[in-house]
Amino acid sequence: MEGRRYTLIVIVMTIAVIYLLRIFGLQVVSQYWKDRGTALTEKEVVVYPSRGVIYDRNLRVLVTSQTVYDLMVLPKDVLPFDTTTFCNITSLTIEELRSILKKAVTYPNVRYKPSAVIKQMKPEEYAPIAGELYRFKGFYAQARTLRVYPEKAGALLLGDVGEVTKSLMEKFPEYKKGDYIGLSGIEKSYENELRGQRGIKYVFRDNLGVERQVANGSLDVKAIEGTHVVSSIDIDLQKYGEKLMQNKRGCVVAIEPKTGEILALVSSPTFDPNLLLGRARGTNFLALSRDKQKPLFNRATQAQYRPGSIFKIAQSLTALQLGAITKETRIPCNRALIGCHGSHSMDDLEMAIVHSCNPYFRGVMQRVVEGGRNPKNRFKDAQIGLGLWRTQIMKFGFGTNLSTDIPGVKKGLVPSPEYYDRAYGKESWNFSTIYSISIGEGEMLVTPIQMCNLACVVANRGYYYSPHTVKKVGLNGAPRPEFAQRNDVGINPEYFDVVISAMEKVVGPGGTANGAKLQDIVICGKTGTVQNEPRKDHSVFVCFAPKDDPKIALAVYVENCGFGGTWAAPIASLMIEQYLNDAIKNVEREKHILEQNFLNQ
Amino acid sequence: MSRSRNNSAVGPIDWPIIGVWIFFVIFGWMTIYSAAYDAAHPMPFDFAKEYGKQMMWIAISILLAILTLYIEGDFFAKFAWVIYGFFLMLLVLVLIIGKEVNGAKAWFGVGSFGIQPSEFSKIGVGLVLAKYIASIGGGQLKSMQSRMVTAAIIGMPAGLILLQPDVGSLLTFVAFVFVMYREGLSGNVLIVGFAAILFGVLSIVTGAGTADIPFWGEQSGVWMLIIVLVTLALFVLVYARNFIPPRNRRRMYLIVIIGTIAASSFSYSVSYIVDNILEKHHKERIYVMLSLPVERKDADYNAEMAKITVGMGGVMGKGWLDGPMTQNNYVPEQWTDFIFSAVAEEWGFLGSFILIGAYVFLIIRLMFIADRQRSVFSRVYGYCVACIFFMHFLINIGMVIGLAPIIGIPLPFFSYGGSSLMAFTLLLFIMVRLDSERWSVLK
Repeated sequence: MEGRRYTLIVIVMTIAVIYLLRIFGLQVVSQYWKDRGTALTEKEVVVYPSRGVIYDRNLRVLVTSQTVYDLMVLPKDVLPFDTTTFCNITSLTIEELRSILKKAVTYPNVRYKPSAVIKQMKPEEYAPIAGELYRFKGFYAQARTLRVYPEKAGALLLGDVGEVTKSLMEKFPEYKKGDYIGLSGIEKSYENELRGQRGIKYVFRDNLGVERQVANGSLDVKAIEGTHVVSSIDIDLQKYGEKLMQNKRGCVVAIEPKTGEILALVSSPTFDPNLLLGRARGTNFLALSRDKQKPLFNRATQAQYRPGSIFKIAQSLTALQLGAITKETRIPCNRALIGCHGSHSMDDLEMAIVHSCNPYFRGVMQRVVEGGRNPKNRFKDAQIGLGLWRTQIMKFGFGTNLSTDIPGVKKGLVPSPEYYDRAYGKESWNFSTIYSISIGEGEMLVTPIQMCNLACVVANRGYYYSPHTVKKVGLNGAPRPEFAQRNDVGINPEYFDVVISAMEKVVGPGGTANGAKLQDIVICGKTGTVQNEPRKDHSVFVCFAPKDDPKIALAVYVENCGFGGTWAAPIASLMIEQYLNDAIKNVEREKHILEQNFLNQ
Repeated sequence: MSRSRNNSAVGPIDWPIIGVWIFFVIFGWMTIYSAAYDAAHPMPFDFAKEYGKQMMWIAISILLAILTLYIEGDFFAKFAWVIYGFFLMLLVLVLIIGKEVNGAKAWFGVGSFGIQPSEFSKIGVGLVLAKYIASIGGGQLKSMQSRMVTAAIIGMPAGLILLQPDVGSLLTFVAFVFVMYREGLSGNVLIVGFAAILFGVLSIVTGAGTADIPFWGEQSGVWMLIIVLVTLALFVLVYARNFIPPRNRRRMYLIVIIGTIAASSFSYSVSYIVDNILEKHHKERIYVMLSLPVERKDADYNAEMAKITVGMGGVMGKGWLDGPMTQNNYVPEQWTDFIFSAVAEEWGFLGSFILIGAYVFLIIRLMFIADRQRSVFSRVYGYCVACIFFMHFLINIGMVIGLAPIIGIPLPFFSYGGSSLMAFTLLLFIMVRLDSERWSVLK
């Protein structure tokens, strides 16, 4: 039996050699296990840059970032713990905690991948938990940043930020799951500037989230902070506009004519942008999107109204430029053809604007369209005339996309000959078919921002800059180059005299907007009352002020409340007072406006 | 010889064995410190951590070792049955008042400490086996009666351990088969054992899939294995006969036919047991080891993490306290059964080589020591010690490197745990003491 000791020794040696070969294979030959280990232990941690701050034109902070905390759990590290205490400090119920923990280990979550227990806790919510967390192995906190709106105004204008959706990730592959992206407003249109550049930190990380630098951080890529953006908004004016528009449906657009900078963009009813933050976002968003008053709909840029009487300004200028009329042209107020109001009979252009004489502008449009350019066929004549008219009207920015930096701006509609061909058939329509567009009714559609832009054109006597919401990209930067580009509308500057003079009279004794008059500032405006059957008319007013050195142009729409001079004009007047004087003297006027509630009309 | 005369209490001690034991204990403690390291408790004597407790177990073990060296070797032979009986009683007791840990009633709980009698029971089995074989004369394990008696000596504690149930500890009892082989058990036992492992693995691998068998349809893949076996056997019966002298043919037919029937029914049984009798997690562990697909996503988590941890080591290792997998606790309870992975990661292939070399040295040195004994009792006991260490080494390291299924048994002197350290120390130092008396004692 002596020899058998050698058999045993051979067995032991054989096993040892097999094991050593296997270990050699695992450790030295194969790269596979090292790669997997490195992937597990060395993490590329994305360092999120802080998103740029949005300021108002006076450098007041409109949107900034705030740190919030996600409470995470890594199931494989969880030891039995005191659930009662845990629930007490986190204010979860036992059932909630149970279902969260169950979800954390249910496919596609697995025991060794972290899941969120509570998302987006504010620092004051996290503080009491932070000190206790060490008692609960496997639980740890992760910091994130959220947008906050200290001024609580300008929700739609400023926009919001949210996690990228699947479809957005397909469109912009540089975004990864969990990244945030601007979804609307300035946040969306200046996303590239605001977001900054992500950095990468290489760390050893254990399951408890404790991290150590790899190679002393020499491989790390620093995150680049987002660019700050100075918006053109005057937040006081914006807030005042929102206040005046309380309990009313409609909008206010205020633009600085000399630059095209939007001073205020009020869409009412509005909401506190902070509602769409944090954990309450889901429920609040749902409630807002279901609200019958449509607070998420930006009336200033997306609502397409018929322009009504305020369109007569554009009509006057176009007819003058096309040579269809002169400022001396008088047309009888023939109310058999189209309705009118007030007492006047044979106005010239200026007084026709002041009186908003419908038969006069019907006559003007007739001269434009039936220009006798094709004397043999009045259908073809109308076609040529309408084409000429449309080309000029569109130069004011109607029927096209004003190239603003506001996402989702609507075009409106300026009917073309082809449009009527489709509607009535070729050579089956002439002026008498389409005359309602002469007073801004019928098929015409404009957005409030386009109407305000018209006021800018008049204030500037013939040109405008595309309206925009951002004054400077970077605290010492410039606006985007396209906003420094002057757009000429192709109207002889002298034709503006008569229009401006008429607009001055509108806000004067006997004018339709006399109630909007200010003691020390000359306002030039035009009221409009847009038919909206069967409901009450929309009250509309466009204006600019002061007359000689225009600093602000406005368009005000108040839905379903009646005559333009009664509601829209005083609101515009109060806005001008706020912006130019920084104080309201017409307290009674303000009180009267604030008391009104048109929401249920 | 002169030393034994000079010092009547302790004869010439085998210092290489003592040296390798010290190496294991120190290296083991360092690895436990690294695997369980907690920045909040860096002190080695912190009893809140495993390394602090292990310090205490080491101190106790040193006392036990010294004590053992001062006990006459005669005592162990005389009291072999008493020791055996005492531990057998503990094994019965643990089933009644034991604490259930991981589904096995294997522990006596004493406060936050636990004692695992199955670790100690191997000492009793070794001593009694040695005493019995010595009584029938060494190398004579041939009669049916002697085999039955040895089977009973091993079987009683093994059966009690199966009742706990602790499959890992049970498997280490296979060590005694090697001892019996050394003492005259037919070598066919080893061949049959090897064939059993081969066919077991084959049947599990084939049984995991299905095969489309003509005229029979879709069946468990193990049937394919059986068909191949039978076909091979027929082939051998028809053609191989020409190469066998006629007088041996009858014998060959018998071997082939019985072998085929045995292999086929064994394969089918294994496949059946794995599919229908084993608990799901046991089946999963076996599948993981054989790289077969497993349903549950993280069933192979421990096995994967252990392999990654070993792989991370490279040639020179990541350095003590610097293994990213070890320091970041990717291997659950790494300081117990998976401790080798920490050595491999932090000391690399070099460290693994030295450690495996040390175990091979320990085992072969023990066999060498056993063979130089003049008493059968000491020799058999020495082989028991060597083979127990070998089984632990075989299963534990095989498990870590993915060559054996995940079976929770400690790596001798290395894994954290008082019971195993004390039991292995006693096991080893009884042999050291017996060896020191080899000139003066003849049994």
